[in-house]
Amino acid sequence: MDITVESIVFLIFSVITVGGGVLVVTTRNLFRAALFLMLSLFGVAGLFVLLAAPFLAGVQVVVYIGAIAILIIFAVMLTPQVTHTQGRNTQWTAGLVLAVILFLMLISVVTPIAEELGLDDWSAGFTQDDPADVPDGSLTELGRALVDPERYMLPFEVASLLLMAALIGAVMLVRPEDTRPRETQPDEAQPAAEHTREQLSSSTGD
Amino acid sequence: MVPLWMYLMVAASLFCIGVYGVLARRNAIAILMGIELMLNAVNINLVAFWRYQTPLALSGQAFAAFVFVVAAAEAAVGLALIINIYRRRQTVIAEDVDLLKW
Repeated sequence: MDITVESIVFLIFSVITVGGGVLVVTTRNLFRAALFLMLSLFGVAGLFVLLAAPFLAGVQVVVYIGAIAILIIFAVMLTPQVTHTQGRNTQWTAGLVLAVILFLMLISVVTPIAEELGLDDWSAGFTQDDPADVPDGSLTELGRALVDPERYMLPFEVASLLLMAALIGAVMLVRPEDTRPRETQPDEAQPAAEHTREQLSSSTGD
Repeated sequence: MVPLWMYLMVAASLFCIGVYGVLARRNAIAILMGIELMLNAVNINLVAFWRYQTPLALSGQAFAAFVFVVAAAEAAVGLALIINIYRRRQTVIAEDVDLLKW
């Protein structure tokens, strides 16, 4: 492979992506891990630009960095940090071994390393290194395809339904506790009623 | 151009880092971050295959867009679950939430 500007940019973005990912799973401070997650996602957006998918790069920045990472930071700040204990659980060595084995298996298939080692018929043969140009108006075509009944309109509508269901589900999950006493379970009704009375007295006290 | 297998290698390493994060972290939010890394690896693969194998078809980009939607829904519901569990049990450590363990 020749050293071109593109390969240098690819190297920079892949180092940002993979290095950020490693820091995400190894940093003990969760807030820093979330910031490294944003860095890693930014590297992925750069890779999308290199792959001639500028729309997806923009969506990556807006949705992933702008929304999901911020949501994760909110969750980190709403829950307490247990920095004095280990960030890793007891099975982390098994997890590391499994991840490394998975990585080696994937690498042996997707890269030409196996053929260089003399193993025929092992590599998947992804040897393309000079793809055809992306036609002009590819983005317009993508926009049309998403609302074309012949193509992706049904998945598009199902995706919107999924987002709606997720929105309602998230709101339902984190809504405040129902303070009225429940009538179905009598043993739970008593503490709930006391709870209500406490809240009422505290609110009238203010 | 950069050959295809280099993109696949970056995606494979990002996926395995995500797998390690899911298996090894104790905090549920950190596990969710590992899942996000894995979804991003999938997206790199989808877009790289679209670019190198079928640049005329749009299925790769369309699928990547749907992965974005699923990732957003997953993050919203997952974080809501974590906050709800914290509210009820005062913990975000995954191994402390063993209510369904027999």
